[in-house]
Amino acid sequence: MTDPIPLSLSVNGRVVSLTIDPTAPLLDVLRGPLGLSATRYGCGAELCGACLVLVDGVPAYACTREIGTLAGRDITTVEGLGTPDAPHKIQTAMLAVQAGQCGYCLSGMQIAAAALLARNPSPTRSEIAEALDGNLCRCGAHPRILAAVARAAQ
Amino acid sequence: MIANTLPKSLIDNPRLDRWLDFSVPGRAGIRVGKVEIGQGIATALAQIAAEELDVGLDQIDLTAGDTDCAPDEGMTTGSLSIEVGGASLRLVCAEARAIALAAAAARLNCGPQDLSIDAGAIAQNGKPSGQDYWTLRLDLARDATGSAPPKPASAYRVVGQNVARRDLPAKIFGGGFVHDLVRPGMRHGHVVHAPRIGMAIAGLDLAAIQRAAGGRVEIIRHGMMLALIADSPTDLRRAAFAADTAIGWNGLPPLTADQQEAAWLPTQPSRHGAHGDANQPPPGTRITATYSRPYIAHGSIGPSCAVAEFRDGRLTVWCHAQGVFPLQAVLAGGLKLNPAQISVRHLHGSGCYGHNGADDAAFDAAAIACLRPGTPIRVQWRREDEFGHEPVGPAMLVRQDGVLGPDGALRDLTTDIWSAPHSGRGGAGNALTARTQPNPCPPSPVAETSVPYPGAGTRNAIPNYAIPAMRYRHHLVPSPPVRTSALRGLGAMPNIFALECFLDECADAAGQDPLAYRLAMQPDPRARDVLTTVAEMANWSARGPAGTGEGLGLAFGRYKNTSGYAAIAVRVSVDTEIRLLEIWCAADAGLAINPDGVIAQLEGGIIQGASWTLKEQVLLDEAGIASRNWDRYPILRFSEIPPITCRLMHRPNDPSLGMGEATIAPIGAAIGNAASHALGARLRDLPLTRAKIIQAVT
Repeated sequence: MTDPIPLSLSVNGRVVSLTIDPTAPLLDVLRGPLGLSATRYGCGAELCGACLVLVDGVPAYACTREIGTLAGRDITTVEGLGTPDAPHKIQTAMLAVQAGQCGYCLSGMQIAAAALLARNPSPTRSEIAEALDGNLCRCGAHPRILAAVARAAQ
Repeated sequence: MIANTLPKSLIDNPRLDRWLDFSVPGRAGIRVGKVEIGQGIATALAQIAAEELDVGLDQIDLTAGDTDCAPDEGMTTGSLSIEVGGASLRLVCAEARAIALAAAAARLNCGPQDLSIDAGAIAQNGKPSGQDYWTLRLDLARDATGSAPPKPASAYRVVGQNVARRDLPAKIFGGGFVHDLVRPGMRHGHVVHAPRIGMAIAGLDLAAIQRAAGGRVEIIRHGMMLALIADSPTDLRRAAFAADTAIGWNGLPPLTADQQEAAWLPTQPSRHGAHGDANQPPPGTRITATYSRPYIAHGSIGPSCAVAEFRDGRLTVWCHAQGVFPLQAVLAGGLKLNPAQISVRHLHGSGCYGHNGADDAAFDAAAIACLRPGTPIRVQWRREDEFGHEPVGPAMLVRQDGVLGPDGALRDLTTDIWSAPHSGRGGAGNALTARTQPNPCPPSPVAETSVPYPGAGTRNAIPNYAIPAMRYRHHLVPSPPVRTSALRGLGAMPNIFALECFLDECADAAGQDPLAYRLAMQPDPRARDVLTTVAEMANWSARGPAGTGEGLGLAFGRYKNTSGYAAIAVRVSVDTEIRLLEIWCAADAGLAINPDGVIAQLEGGIIQGASWTLKEQVLLDEAGIASRNWDRYPILRFSEIPPITCRLMHRPNDPSLGMGEATIAPIGAAIGNAASHALGARLRDLPLTRAKIIQAVT
């Protein structure tokens, strides 16, 4: 427990200034004061991937990442990837192949997929599977999520 | 034609205006009791309504699961949402359409046969009549008769089409769940649950809990309940973790290692039920084998969540329960309220697959909210709460004892089933936190019976094959070491695993091909169709010899012997672990409302069932459940998912069959049979881990 400190960071391209407990996890800051609900709580222990965000373009677990380590950093959540009017290609592809059942894991899947496509525009099926291997899905939407990433890469 | 008899949901909720209204111009308000739990039901039901009303799918406003306004359809369970809920909605909408046509005919002074409806507007002999559902001011405050014939399948334009899930866009763009609900002035709550039911707080370090939250947590003792409230979820979580170690529990003896295994069940007192042939088995070649599944978890990716608000004497709960009316009754009984004071509203949660933590989290939120009138309370279970306190899927042990005739055919089968209870709901006393309230309701006794249809532990205990004589004995172990309840398929998965693996063992003993062996005892043409189709998909006729390290296996199941048919073939390689190489499935859903949605359910059941089969077991320690995060409860990952091809039989003129649990059972046996074919040795105890494989071959 630490006293609140002022800090600024970029979230989805917008500079945000907060006075906040620097040990609070990024996940709580996103879902609470910033009102961004796409980043989801799943396990609190970097084991399921539901809370993935991009920190300077690299996937990171928001459930454990302390906000105090992120001053000046650039955070992208699903809300920053795309919107219904201007979707990211992975979002378009997920809708096209109906890549979701309950949908709870899909935010983390999108982040992992977006990071993969940014560094490898035409991944193989096994490269996609490897990139998503830290993301758990319980409904068994895996074949469609794999297909969505492959489609987004086309 | 769809059989025009009144299904249960309609008998229970006969008033048409409970199901639909046209109060908003251009919109059809549809209300149902079956809820979206990730299976796509909200979309399929909207298709049925749009079809029968002749309105556009985009004109449907669907409300699902709301005690204030929607019909009481009980639980969303048993793959019945299309079979019963959909059949009810179809009749309601057909009747509303007929009422509209009759009203329009009277107004236009013509016969109903001159009228048609498109997008809700009524045309007379193909020309606009100026009338529609909204101008007619229909009187729907009357009971359904079920007398209006629904459309024949040949007239369908929405039903039977692949339709995109209506809820998916919101979830892809970052919303759509009860977890995202924010109420003005909302605070965060947590109820401390004992490691096991029946334990009581023996020692408590309140200062440690306060310290962890920087003094910003409110600690409530109420009856035997210990609850925490904070403004910040961060503070609350820290206090909750501190509470995990700041409390000593007593009241129950420590658990022992053998209790986490299915083999413990036959050592325990049990209640016995029997069904089937009363004669003794005839003489012949006897084969016996015993199969098992351990306790497994629902393992929803999103831990359970609810928001509750008690204001002006009314309790409102937003949650992802499978049944809002049953939960209303539990809340009323457990919190000593009148059901009329309680509104329960369903919002989407993470996939539930059965009785997970949803109801308990809702009760937690409600119990705290009642102590803080005017303050909305949000409860989200931690991952550790979900794994540690959800009712787990029961362990089962199934012994098959068969007699083969001189031709090798299975003449007689005796099945012994040992199972923990599959039905842990049963009333107010069975909610976790209800037991800690002042003057708690007593827990309901285990109500599970040994009936064959639809059964629970006995679900699919009767083989869906022509066996001259069969009997089962059900040994219900009512007091397992951990709380158990319904998990996808109930007893169907362990029972079909045991049966379909056993059939391969019988075929081996008879020197026959497993597919031919099944077909010889399968008179149902629809079952034969899925079996022969999947065999063709998997190139079964080229199946190699056993023991090469690569194997091909198949299995069949018809869920509950009354719902969807599925046959699955699996190709694996095995060294010290089983690797899935390819999976094929042929299934028969009758009329598939949304074929792509059915395929998604088939795929999902295959993958979840493969995960149960290869990896999953709830682990216990002395206190209770020890596998409280994914590191100790691994599930199948992307790199382990093989190509999967599912094919639906085309049967639009047959009634729809529930498909949510069609593949969850046969996939286990298909993998077991494939792995045994690869090894040339039999695997019978789930999960099929490295240790089991080494044991089987040495």
